[in-house]
Amino acid sequence: MSTENVLEIRGLKSSFFTDKGEVPAVNGVDLVIPRGKIVGLVGESGCGKSMTAKSVMGLLKYPGRIVEGEILLGGKDLTKLSDRELREHCGKDISMIFQEPMTSLNPVLKVGRQVQETLLVHDKNIGKEEAKRQVIDIFKKVGIPEAEKRYSCYPHELSGGLRQRVMIAMAMVCRPALLIADEPTTALDVTIEAQILRLMKDLCRQNNMSVLIITHNLGVVAEICDDIYVMYAGKIMEHAPVFELFDHTRHPYTKGLLASIPRIGDNPEFLHTIPGVVPNMLHLPKGCAFANRCELVQERCRSQMPELVTAAPDHECRCFLALEEEDQNGTGRKGGGDR
Amino acid sequence: MKVILKRFLSIIPVLLGVIVMIFIMLRIVPGDPAAILLGEHVSPDTVERLTKSMNLDQPMGVQLLSYIWNALRGDLGMSYTMKRPVTELILGAFPYTVKLSLMAAVFAWAVGLISGIIAAITQNRIPDRLFMGFSLAGVSVPVFMTSLFLQYMLAFKIRAFSLTSDGSLYSMILPAIALGWNSAGSIARMTRSSLIEVMQADYIDTARAKGLARRAVILGHALKNSMLPVITMMALQLSSMMSGAVITESIFAIPGIGRLATEAIQKRDMPLLQGTVLFTTVIVVVGNLIADLLYSVLDPRIRKEA
Ligand SMILES: Nc1ncnc2c1ncn2[C@@H]1O[C@H](COP(=O)(O)OP(=O)(O)O)[C@@H](O)[C@H]1O
Ligand SMILES: [Mg+2]
Repeated sequence: MSTENVLEIRGLKSSFFTDKGEVPAVNGVDLVIPRGKIVGLVGESGCGKSMTAKSVMGLLKYPGRIVEGEILLGGKDLTKLSDRELREHCGKDISMIFQEPMTSLNPVLKVGRQVQETLLVHDKNIGKEEAKRQVIDIFKKVGIPEAEKRYSCYPHELSGGLRQRVMIAMAMVCRPALLIADEPTTALDVTIEAQILRLMKDLCRQNNMSVLIITHNLGVVAEICDDIYVMYAGKIMEHAPVFELFDHTRHPYTKGLLASIPRIGDNPEFLHTIPGVVPNMLHLPKGCAFANRCELVQERCRSQMPELVTAAPDHECRCFLALEEEDQNGTGRKGGGDR
Repeated sequence: MKVILKRFLSIIPVLLGVIVMIFIMLRIVPGDPAAILLGEHVSPDTVERLTKSMNLDQPMGVQLLSYIWNALRGDLGMSYTMKRPVTELILGAFPYTVKLSLMAAVFAWAVGLISGIIAAITQNRIPDRLFMGFSLAGVSVPVFMTSLFLQYMLAFKIRAFSLTSDGSLYSMILPAIALGWNSAGSIARMTRSSLIEVMQADYIDTARAKGLARRAVILGHALKNSMLPVITMMALQLSSMMSGAVITESIFAIPGIGRLATEAIQKRDMPLLQGTVLFTTVIVVVGNLIADLLYSVLDPRIRKEA
């Protein structure tokens, strides 16, 4: 059991500097991705998940930029690198796939060429023929039928599921240590979603690769993740291994998310939703960002942001109630822990 | 292939419609062509004889049908004033117009594309502001102003060029710049906005996430996509230059189609006017068709259907 971490994000803050002021889309995030593990980053849309991923890949666009914090890849701080140095890691050591398989591939280039390009950029000595062979190889590995034929297809000739497989092939072709998948299945049918998730899990296991999977759907992370981070308004609210998180949910926000996963047999009319809306990031409330939607809100929540505290082994939570709850159901919990 | 054929066939009704419209419009204008042709102080007898020989006494429908029939065989009638077949006059003038438009187009394409691309990659910074200021001047200043300005500066003051063109390539440079100036401006603006829009696309993020350098992202991924609308516009502008060279040709005394048309209007030379208008219409329609087909050749999403 190696405890080596592929990626460590420490105190990351990334903001957009708009005319109206600073929007801290990522507001002090700590996140660790151990080698060979699948880590989930969950939260409602707009909470800063994509910005976290884009900060890692150096994809933030003006007026957004990293304000402070460290992003350590094998001990090297990516935020300190020049564009050129960062580019050498992107696509090779870390790669990323995006939410929309329909628009994430260049419509005027053949998909094979687009995947091949990743190889050619990072290995100057590889021949075109050899690169093509490897592309067809990876196409087969990610389950693209008739790989040779698909090589010369244009994106519009493929289904959404196939396109996402092409994206995965593109991300995997240089055998990265870390794959960041930003809502990789949100745009797909449920059956295709299950296939893609299984594929990512298998690839991860076979290659000892780590995956950061970003989603707003707790159901997705439950299926394949080892470790889960729950994010809200730019901050991590709760972090625990998957079973611990589901069995001993501590944060009221996570509880709300769990309760709003529809289950078979539920009466759709009584589907639980968290009341209220995400706060405006431009004018964040003084205290806890979740206070105005929280059923258990107390006086201090409105004036003071709680710290992310270790509430149980491997279980962090950003809530004043986290420690108290420990007392309430503390006797009932055994095991859980690391997996 | 089938689509291409279909598009080709679709221009036939357009052309027929244009012929009918030109024909009718020119008949509505007041004045008896025969009388104008003969000038003042002639007997009504002479006018009537000429009217008959020109078929002007026939019903409109008959005149129209015989015109279409003759046009299909390449016979556009005789010019009243020059006493030569209109077809011959047009074919004699056409090379000058082609030369002028091609030179203007090449100028406009090169200048427009390059400044558009530079503006896009320096978005909102000084080079961008500079180029966009220029291009705004380019699209808003009318052709005759540009022509006169160039004539004054480069031909009159500096004497690098002659005031009028003798048809040689060198003497066509000034008129080509004058004619292409507008298009260069609009191509630059379109290239810029298209490239900036494309740079926001998801697949640009994908390309950057692969570790591609900025230049490779722009040249390899963004440019081709952003060119799709621009190329259509470039082709359209070539054909519109051919039809729009009237003013430039008159100012620089280039014996092209445009000048032929101007003369035909001044002298009420109906067959010649009809001929030049019809000819330019064909050029524009065919130009648009080519622009359309170009788009589908470049865009694989459409190519497949073609
Ligand atoms: N260009 C921008 N200017 C200002 N704010 C932005 C911009 N892009 C994104 N944001 C803000 O960043 C926040 C996080 O966005 P994002 O990371 O995309 O959320 P998600 O968790 O859905 O991926 C959003 O609340 C949004 O308001
Ligand atoms: Mg997102």
